[in-house]
Amino acid sequence: MDDILQEFLAESWENLGQLDSEIVELEKDPKNAELIASIFRTIHTIKGTCGFLGLTNLGAVAHSAENVLGKMREGILDVSPGAISLVLEAIDQIKDLLQGLEATGEEPKTDHSSLTLMLDELAEYATKAAAEAPAAAAPPENPVEQNPVEVAATDQQPEASGEEVQPLAEKAAEPVVPSSETGLTASAVAPEEEPASKSTKVSVADLSIRVNVHVVDSLMNMVGELVLTRNQLLQLARGDEESKYAAPIAHLNRVTTDLQEGVMKTRMQPIGNAWNKLPRLVRDLSQVTTKHIELVMTGAETELDRTVLDAIKDPLTHMVRNSADHGIELPEVRKAAGKSESGTIHLNAYHEGGHVIIEIQDDGAGIGRDRVLKKAIAQGLIKESDAANVTDSHIFSMIFQAGFSTAETVSSISGRGVGMDVVRTQIEKIGGTVDLSSKVGKGTMVRIKIPLTLAIVSALVLESGAQPFAIPQLGVVELVRLTTEDRKKIETIHNKEVFRLRDRLLPLVHLNEVLELEEKPLADDDVHDTNIVVVQVGEDQFGLIVSRIFDTEEIVVKPVGRLLKNIGLYQGTTILGDGSVVMILDVGGIFNKCGNSPHTQAMAEEAVTGPSSDTISMLLFGVGEGVVMAVPLSLVARLEEFPQESIELNGGRKVVQYRDNLLPLLSVEGAGYGNGESLDPQPVIVFSDNSRSMGLMVTEIKDIIDEQLVIRMQSDRPGILGTAIIGKNAVDVIDTQYYVTRSMPNWFEKVEDKRSMRVLVVDDSMFFRQLVATALETEGFTAVACDSCVSAVELLERDSKFHAVITDLDLPMMSGFEFCEWLKSQEVTKDIFTIALTSSNSPTDQSRANEVGFDEFLVKFNSHELITCLDGCFARMKHNAGVNV
Amino acid sequence: MSASMTDSSSGMESQLDYTSQYVSFWVDGQLLGMPVNMVQEVLSEQVISPTPLARAEITGLLNLRGQIVTAVSLRKRLGLPDLENGKSMNVVTRMGEESFSLLVDEVGDVINVSGRSMEPVPRTLDPHWRSVTVGVFQLDEGLFVILDVGTILNFD
Repeated sequence: MDDILQEFLAESWENLGQLDSEIVELEKDPKNAELIASIFRTIHTIKGTCGFLGLTNLGAVAHSAENVLGKMREGILDVSPGAISLVLEAIDQIKDLLQGLEATGEEPKTDHSSLTLMLDELAEYATKAAAEAPAAAAPPENPVEQNPVEVAATDQQPEASGEEVQPLAEKAAEPVVPSSETGLTASAVAPEEEPASKSTKVSVADLSIRVNVHVVDSLMNMVGELVLTRNQLLQLARGDEESKYAAPIAHLNRVTTDLQEGVMKTRMQPIGNAWNKLPRLVRDLSQVTTKHIELVMTGAETELDRTVLDAIKDPLTHMVRNSADHGIELPEVRKAAGKSESGTIHLNAYHEGGHVIIEIQDDGAGIGRDRVLKKAIAQGLIKESDAANVTDSHIFSMIFQAGFSTAETVSSISGRGVGMDVVRTQIEKIGGTVDLSSKVGKGTMVRIKIPLTLAIVSALVLESGAQPFAIPQLGVVELVRLTTEDRKKIETIHNKEVFRLRDRLLPLVHLNEVLELEEKPLADDDVHDTNIVVVQVGEDQFGLIVSRIFDTEEIVVKPVGRLLKNIGLYQGTTILGDGSVVMILDVGGIFNKCGNSPHTQAMAEEAVTGPSSDTISMLLFGVGEGVVMAVPLSLVARLEEFPQESIELNGGRKVVQYRDNLLPLLSVEGAGYGNGESLDPQPVIVFSDNSRSMGLMVTEIKDIIDEQLVIRMQSDRPGILGTAIIGKNAVDVIDTQYYVTRSMPNWFEKVEDKRSMRVLVVDDSMFFRQLVATALETEGFTAVACDSCVSAVELLERDSKFHAVITDLDLPMMSGFEFCEWLKSQEVTKDIFTIALTSSNSPTDQSRANEVGFDEFLVKFNSHELITCLDGCFARMKHNAGVNV
Repeated sequence: MSASMTDSSSGMESQLDYTSQYVSFWVDGQLLGMPVNMVQEVLSEQVISPTPLARAEITGLLNLRGQIVTAVSLRKRLGLPDLENGKSMNVVTRMGEESFSLLVDEVGDVINVSGRSMEPVPRTLDPHWRSVTVGVFQLDEGLFVILDVGTILNFD
């Protein structure tokens, strides 16, 4: 076929597609002048080119349609549903003609006179009516008219501004300006007039060219092969950094990556392109079925690979048809059911972790789960005996079986049970999945998940069960390696292994178990690292235990073979640099297979809310030669590193300029690490108290560990609270108060005041008593500690002059709750401000604390919170002057 | 692969008559065949990467010049155990968009059966073969069982 003809066809199809949506939109927004003008332009363009190519039949239909549009544009013809239907009919007939033209190379000689007659009559009528109207408003000068060019095809005549368009067949037949040669091949055509206001469409058209899809496809394939070859080269060059090939290969690597990204982009198109026919479809369906249906489309800008786009066009159409036909009910039925008369079909598209998700949802009658189940059993798809255990999603998936249709009536549109299985097949062909869920009376949702690109992704290569596998980088959050020591951190909750990663509890899964592979037996089971790949599926994270982790590689994703699709754990296959075939794992599938119970998730929630049973985060740091010390992390404001040159001497002390203030620096005493050796940069642990800060110079920040802290040995060394076992080592816990007082002798300026406030601290953990007491004393309060409520009661009976009591709840013999009740019951203590300071955040505890009369409920351990609380108490105390302290 | 000429009078014609030519191979001592135009190529033993959790008939995947081919053990598919020493040859065929490799004990010659007519599967033949067979040819060497590749590769 003629090149020019091909171009014409391609462009015309594009234009017609756009027309469909615009006309439907116009129906909803009849006064939109911009829309009318745009529609007019498009039809005018088609008409013009038809004339040039000698397609008289097409030209005639377009001409009549253009006439009617012209009247609308002038405002003398109302945009009524009837008129719109006529115009749409014209579009349809044009489409038919184009199809005939495409098939045979010749314009079909069909008779369209009845349509053109109707159109012409309509236009005539409008003109007459306008002429008769006394104050005939002059046809509005449409400035848009002045732009002769909208898109591609050669424009016949520059429009005289404001003039009524007289589509004259003679004019159209005139040979056209030489620009036609270039006009049809490139979208940029110099407008014959220089319009005052250029419509933006001209500039966009300038920037694009039309390329055959096959060309792009073969480009993609070649880039794919190039990537594989690049991988091989990379692997070969890996061992040999010095080789003369290293530099060119590195360059090749960069260029290949860029090329790959660029080519992938050429194939990406917004999904809106597949949706553009749907508004028209829904409109037509509404009319045919006499239902009121509204189509809402969100996420039209979501981009997809072109082949994917093509593949989903038909399935989408089919499903929209289904919704319109069987889903949405007649207006009366809806009204009777208490729904709005107009039903909605909602199309939504978005990206999620390497996939595109497309949802088609309607608020119609829904599909009855039980009815489907019955039918499935009747067809032998589900065994009666399994009926009780089968999941809803499995039941609904039966709808995708060939020949299955629960529609009670078969319409010409759908219901024969032929459609849904084809839908599923088509989607699976491109590596996607489709699911259906529904609720009777509420509606139905079909969810399609398609891989974002069939091409090249970054993947982590790992080994499990002595076999290599790949996981797309997108799903991987982080990698964790546990030494044999750390392996003890793996806990078992409800028979499932979990790992505490920072503040989360991560459920663990042995990949080889999921794959039912034997793990290599290792020589010495004790001495090897455990590799965990932390992956994310939607909102959830979990850890995959694998035997080895290799590298991240760029791999070409090839679809999973038909016979392997049903396994559900693979999302593709690939060939590595060394030629071996490797399965690409689908973490979502693995997640599903492990039957992740709500249990493990709930536990992960728990862990986030706070440490359990008196564990506290300790910061470990190194001091001098091999000495390790610790400090509660909650007391640490920041960890910093200062270059030596920024550290100055001020009055014999080291200071550093820090956040507009001078930060005094001290070294840890008695560690054989004075002002002698200085590191560059100097690691410093900063302790803060509102505006006052002080920095402790250390050798090295080591680690942060959650530990149930018990101070085993009291210390009489200055600056050391005691020794504790952290990890496996005996570690000195420093006394921050000591350093703080030493750094700023005048730190306690305002302390005198607060010393008058006496606070009783009750906790059975010596460490906690120390911790809280230190915090209080640092702040200037007077703190007294008791190791149990019983001894506290004894103390208070002798000396009740306390202003506040801070107590744990979970204590032996007498609980914090009982203690509080006692306090409130005694005349001399009932006004003491009571604070419950506990490790558990449970609502039951909170409400109970409320009941017994606690004034405040705090969770261990936020010193700031506590101090603020006490400050408030202190302020009130001062305010109530005259209270005997 | 030489074509065995069973009908000398047709000469060149039968050489070019692809519809009567079948690639033959052995599985468990039985000679099987499939139409020559269905066979993309035949290969010696290849490295096959196993696919965990796939059904038993699927031995794994192999890399054929950058294309990933699903390897199906014909033995297993026919209900027979795999060979002890595990050696097999590959008969690669294309079905739809995908390529498959049928693992067979040994590949034979291309056999030309022009002039003969295909007969239905005799009752004496093992029931294993029945469901996957189109028909048989009675050759001098014995029974030549023609496979229904479509059924073989359709596990459902």
